[in-house]
Amino acid sequence: MDTPYAIEMLNITKRFPGIIANDNITLQLKKGEIHALLGENGAGKSTLMSVLFGLYQPEEGIIKKDGVEVSIKNPNDANALGIGMVHQHFKLVECFNVLDNIILGVEDTKNGFLQKKEARKKVMALSERYGLSIDPDAIIEDITIGMQQRTEILKMLYRDNEILIFDEPTAVLTPQEIDELMQIMKNLAKEGKSILFISHKLEEIMKVADRCSVLRKGKYIGTVETKDTTMEELSAMMVGRNVNFHVAKEEKTPGDVVLDVENMVVASEGHKMDAVKNVSFKVRGGEIVCIAGIDGNGQRELVEGITGLLPLKSGKLTLLNKDITKESIRHRNKMGMSHIPEDRHKHGLVLDYSLEDNLILERYFEPEFTNKAGFLRRKNIRNYANKIIEQYDVRSGQGPVTIARSMSGGNQQKAIIGREIDKNPELLVAVQPTRGLDVGAIEYIHKQLVAQRDAGKAVLMVSYELEEVMDVSDRILVLYEGEIVGELDPKKTTEEELGLYMAGAKRDEVKA
Amino acid sequence: MRKILKNEGVQAFAASILCILLGMLVGYIALLFINPSGAGEAIMDLIKNFFNLNNPAKQLQRFGNTVAKTIPLLMCSLSILFSYKVGLFNIGAAGQYCIGVCASLYAALQWHWGWLPCMLLAIVAGGIAGALVGILKAAFNVNEVISGIMLNWIILYFTNIVLTKVKEVASPYTGYLNDLNPKALLPNAGLDRFFNGNQYITIALPIALIVTIVIWIILNKTKLGYELKATGFNSKAAKYCGMAEKRNLILSLVISGALAGLGASLLYQTGYMRWECTAASVPGMGFNGIATAFLGGLSPIGAIFSSYFIQHIADGGAYVDKTVYCSQISDFISSVIIYFCGFVFFIKYLMNTALAKKNKKDTNANKEGGEN
Repeated sequence: MDTPYAIEMLNITKRFPGIIANDNITLQLKKGEIHALLGENGAGKSTLMSVLFGLYQPEEGIIKKDGVEVSIKNPNDANALGIGMVHQHFKLVECFNVLDNIILGVEDTKNGFLQKKEARKKVMALSERYGLSIDPDAIIEDITIGMQQRTEILKMLYRDNEILIFDEPTAVLTPQEIDELMQIMKNLAKEGKSILFISHKLEEIMKVADRCSVLRKGKYIGTVETKDTTMEELSAMMVGRNVNFHVAKEEKTPGDVVLDVENMVVASEGHKMDAVKNVSFKVRGGEIVCIAGIDGNGQRELVEGITGLLPLKSGKLTLLNKDITKESIRHRNKMGMSHIPEDRHKHGLVLDYSLEDNLILERYFEPEFTNKAGFLRRKNIRNYANKIIEQYDVRSGQGPVTIARSMSGGNQQKAIIGREIDKNPELLVAVQPTRGLDVGAIEYIHKQLVAQRDAGKAVLMVSYELEEVMDVSDRILVLYEGEIVGELDPKKTTEEELGLYMAGAKRDEVKA
Repeated sequence: MRKILKNEGVQAFAASILCILLGMLVGYIALLFINPSGAGEAIMDLIKNFFNLNNPAKQLQRFGNTVAKTIPLLMCSLSILFSYKVGLFNIGAAGQYCIGVCASLYAALQWHWGWLPCMLLAIVAGGIAGALVGILKAAFNVNEVISGIMLNWIILYFTNIVLTKVKEVASPYTGYLNDLNPKALLPNAGLDRFFNGNQYITIALPIALIVTIVIWIILNKTKLGYELKATGFNSKAAKYCGMAEKRNLILSLVISGALAGLGASLLYQTGYMRWECTAASVPGMGFNGIATAFLGGLSPIGAIFSSYFIQHIADGGAYVDKTVYCSQISDFISSVIIYFCGFVFFIKYLMNTALAKKNKKDTNANKEGGEN
């Protein structure tokens, strides 16, 4: 049978208790095209890909490969059909080298011994053919994120996969690396591979994809040729309304110093070297200061030092003119520090607790929620939870008693943001507050941050997304290898300049 | 029907029952191998326990004995499940129970204290033993299982040394409380009448029930329970929100230890048991508490039933015909059943996957036959 399509998913419907994750969705991937899959969080992209990968069985609909109906019961079936995927979080063995990671699971052996010569030849040939530069003998934990990603791509190519799925591949890359990846994807498509590209980022989709299919709330909205459409149109298709890309923000003169960081040093967890080296800066009321930089340059330690999760090796922290260097986390909380943590599952929520129990996580001990005898005041907790849920539009299956684990990522984040902002903090530390969220939710969260600033509160934000950094902040500090290498004014700089600072190619002497 | 099956409580109960049946089946098969002729009878004897006796009055009396031994098991089971809620596996409960025996008997026989101070001392001793494990974990990140097991041995020999001072001259056993210090015996408060005058039924029974309910309340209704469970589910989030996770960790082990220590006092101060000063291992009570806690679905209320059941089986072993099987067979069979009781969560997992599969099949079938 001759068909232009490599993979067709026809009228796929997948239900979960209470929701229809995929409602009659059709996705047709042409041979040799780059096809973007766009949708908000919870739109059903992951479910659809899991169906394609054999992790879920759809209740309705069929999958065709090259025009022939196939049944994909598990990931092995998908592999056998030549479907490969680069996950958002790489699946690499950190302490193995690149070559070993590529051949892992499909190694050639002779009498039980590994035969790596042939494999090496094949890997190098592939790497040359598609312009994927790697060092086969480098250990994964020593190489850049970009090279790790190329390793993942080579893994798929080594298995002769024809259909390549990229799950939000640019989230972790620098602007320069993103450009490289785009080129690689184009090369792959030119060589006849079919690519499914899952992304939130409209700009990239416009740049690299041939066609784009949009999902919204589990429903198929449509497929468009990217050359016939605009970013505005795509975002309207995705969210169902027009979205403001730029954060409306009025000029504001910063007030008094709220947080003063002096010569802060934080040891890295391995204690081999310091993760934060002698960093000093101030955050004033009524301004949003953004720490920019590539993931892993000491942002985590910086924030954990400020919030009290990690001890300082040396230096001094002052919050509202009081020395808090040695104060406990709870004390800092009570003094008016709020913290939206980077990892909402690890730090932000107790996933097995209900939503209402999560909303009081930092206030449960207050007399409003615990009586003198130490009993929880369930009625007050319920009322408070309902208030936050309504105010911050936190959506969930069963309201306050929903188990946090079963909520969507966006709503989990909204719950955390509601909890942190409702404490009415003087200083709001927000780390990657929009990570993994869709445009609608991002817009909402940015508005909340700006509202805090307008109310005269100090906001310290950490973000790896250039656009977000440029858009939201009043002042940018670039962190590179644990040091502040630049202080920039977002109105006077460009993304390219910022990128150079982030990559360590440019630095100023900064005395903030 | 499916709705009922999805209910947490029903599931826990069904899984527990399945575990018990599985244990019996395996025990039965083992008996078949040893001597097929008496296997069925032996299992029945085990289950019947005191019903093997043909005199109702005697039955009631023996029932009392089982109840008396259920009480410390219940306490050990609470000890295990309480620390488990905080994410700790308190295998040291066996040692904490043992130090409770040491404290209560020494206070009773050497210092001639009354029953209440003896009991309080046992609670304190168990709490201290728990605190040791907790402090090691909090300060040096020593795994609580390792330090718990090692502490079990230390406590065992410590107990043997200490109680040798109050043992009978002619035997390795400690003296009878009844003869040496009757005021250390827990009062019967008339409860023995309900068990045909069984002297071992004392206020231990209401104390145990009250403690169980208190533990349930602490876990489910109080700020402390909220903190402890949050720490158990996600210690990083607990730290993030400013809970003193190290203090909570130690506190939960102190409470665990105190429960085990109390359990010891509630048995030994009835006079039912005496300590053998040449004992080569800590009493199995603490270890049985593990299976009991899981069999009871990690709920304090569930533990009441599971601890009775396990003690019932353990006592029932005494009625197995020793002319057909060797004398260890009773312990063997009851331990096989107890062992399987630890599988509750595995069985529950199997049930859930089976249920999910069936659900899927049904939705598919429904669709073919039109919606619902």
